[in-house]
Amino acid sequence: MADRVIDVRGLRKSYEDVEAVAGIDLHVDRGEVFALLGPNGAGKTTTTEILEGFRPRSAGEVAVLGHDPANADRSLKEQIGIVLQSTGVDPFLTVHETIDLYAGYYPHQRATDEVIDVVGLTEKRDARVAKLSGGQQRRLDVAIALAGDPELLFLDEPTTGFDPSARRNAWEIVKNLVSIGKTVFLTTHFMDEAQYLADRVAVIAKGSIVSEGTPDTIAGRDRMQATVRFRLPDGAPAPPDLGQIAAGDRAWIVRTDDPTRTAHEVTAWALAGGFSLEGFEVTQPSLEDVYLELTGGEEGPG
Amino acid sequence: MSTVGLVLRQVRFTNKTFWRNPASAFFTFVFPLLFLVIFTTLLGNDEETIGAVTIRTSTYYVASMAAFGLISACYTNIAIQMIFARENGVLKRTKGTPLPAWSYLGARVLHASLVGFLLVAITVAFGVIAYGASFPTGVDLFRFVVTLIVGAGCFAAIGLAVTGFVPNADAGPPIVNAIILPLLFLSGVFIATGNDAPAWVTWTGRIFPVKHLVDALRDSFLGLPSFSWMDVVVMALWLVIGVVVAAKTFRWEPGR
Repeated sequence: MADRVIDVRGLRKSYEDVEAVAGIDLHVDRGEVFALLGPNGAGKTTTTEILEGFRPRSAGEVAVLGHDPANADRSLKEQIGIVLQSTGVDPFLTVHETIDLYAGYYPHQRATDEVIDVVGLTEKRDARVAKLSGGQQRRLDVAIALAGDPELLFLDEPTTGFDPSARRNAWEIVKNLVSIGKTVFLTTHFMDEAQYLADRVAVIAKGSIVSEGTPDTIAGRDRMQATVRFRLPDGAPAPPDLGQIAAGDRAWIVRTDDPTRTAHEVTAWALAGGFSLEGFEVTQPSLEDVYLELTGGEEGPG
Repeated sequence: MSTVGLVLRQVRFTNKTFWRNPASAFFTFVFPLLFLVIFTTLLGNDEETIGAVTIRTSTYYVASMAAFGLISACYTNIAIQMIFARENGVLKRTKGTPLPAWSYLGARVLHASLVGFLLVAITVAFGVIAYGASFPTGVDLFRFVVTLIVGAGCFAAIGLAVTGFVPNADAGPPIVNAIILPLLFLSGVFIATGNDAPAWVTWTGRIFPVKHLVDALRDSFLGLPSFSWMDVVVMALWLVIGVVVAAKTFRWEPGR
């Protein structure tokens, strides 16, 4: 068996008569980025907070780094870093002081200035926390979680509110952590984030895991029909029968099990006719397409 | 780091944030002095005879305002600060770290007590310098200091216990003040409650810790023979009650 950092079997959590988590199994191996995806209210946050030790469970077995998080062992907390969705810091401390404060709780501390550098807050080192922008405060959250040099990092929607370049930077931070052997448990509602970062993803809906796999193969994504899109130039004849679904004026969409063959047929026909196709593209279903199908498209990811 | 070191370090950071919030620090320190000036101005600084001892009005109010300051620093400040820290997620974040819960709370209580002691010292110094109030010595000083320490613990514990009954930050200041303000008035902090007070006022004073703090501080500060260790014992009982209730009801996460 691989080195299991998180091992969950038959996890259940009921609030009064509502079953928020209805018996899930999942595991995360060392050095892996695992993403838990699901709509709001699907049981994602409940599951994450049970793993982090904030919430007791109703039934099932949970091991995080070999500890039961329900026991709130100090030695477990010394090995994990948590970025929650909404946790504040004292507004009157500076960035440096804040990270310093939290680092002091851990036996293996990273140098504060190094952590500040990792999250790109060097220029704000001596600024009061109250003066940071939303994105900068989020980076501070990540910095605080890194201050104790954790083996396992929980990231609950870490890039919400980031601009595109800040998201890229955050992703690089996570990639760097994984490259030095850390393990990341991620929840996100950005499918491109899961696609880019995660080694494995699981989709949770209505308290149960409905699918699990790599971002590229989850729910048979790699075996789904590809889509070929193109537009015909003025005066071009209709293309041969490719099982196409016409969409709009001269735009064509073709679904195919064999994109290589279909693309070849389309381009060969166009070259033979002596015209070029506009906006020609071949796409596999995205993780988002798969996700929406698995979760019934309700509410949108969250 | 040793546990004591961890607590002291936490006190240092708490102290830093306390003084960087000028509004909070200002009001905590200015109110007792402001009231002392107001009462002494309104009521004059004549000599009065309480039993066998003759004292000045200002000396009487210095002890009362010391009690008021200690209650503000320990009960009111702790309760409101913790309610805000809970609401904005600082408490939840802290819960996710290896810092033991009692180290965090202990540091808060210790810091609030130190602020309270400083406040008492300033009030007393102000009273001595500006109004010629007399400073206790010997056994009176010992009684005064023990009363301050037990009183600080008592009101800090009650402050922590109260937070469990406050749903959110908006409700914090009104509830926290609604509990303490009537008690301050009924316990003779601002206006002395005479022997002819109605029975319910007398009993309110006997049951709740405010009058016990005021009486013990005043009697020790003035060197009156009426000083009773029972006052300190009642506060110690309230300290235990506060700790037990806080242990059962204290929440680390914001209400939903």
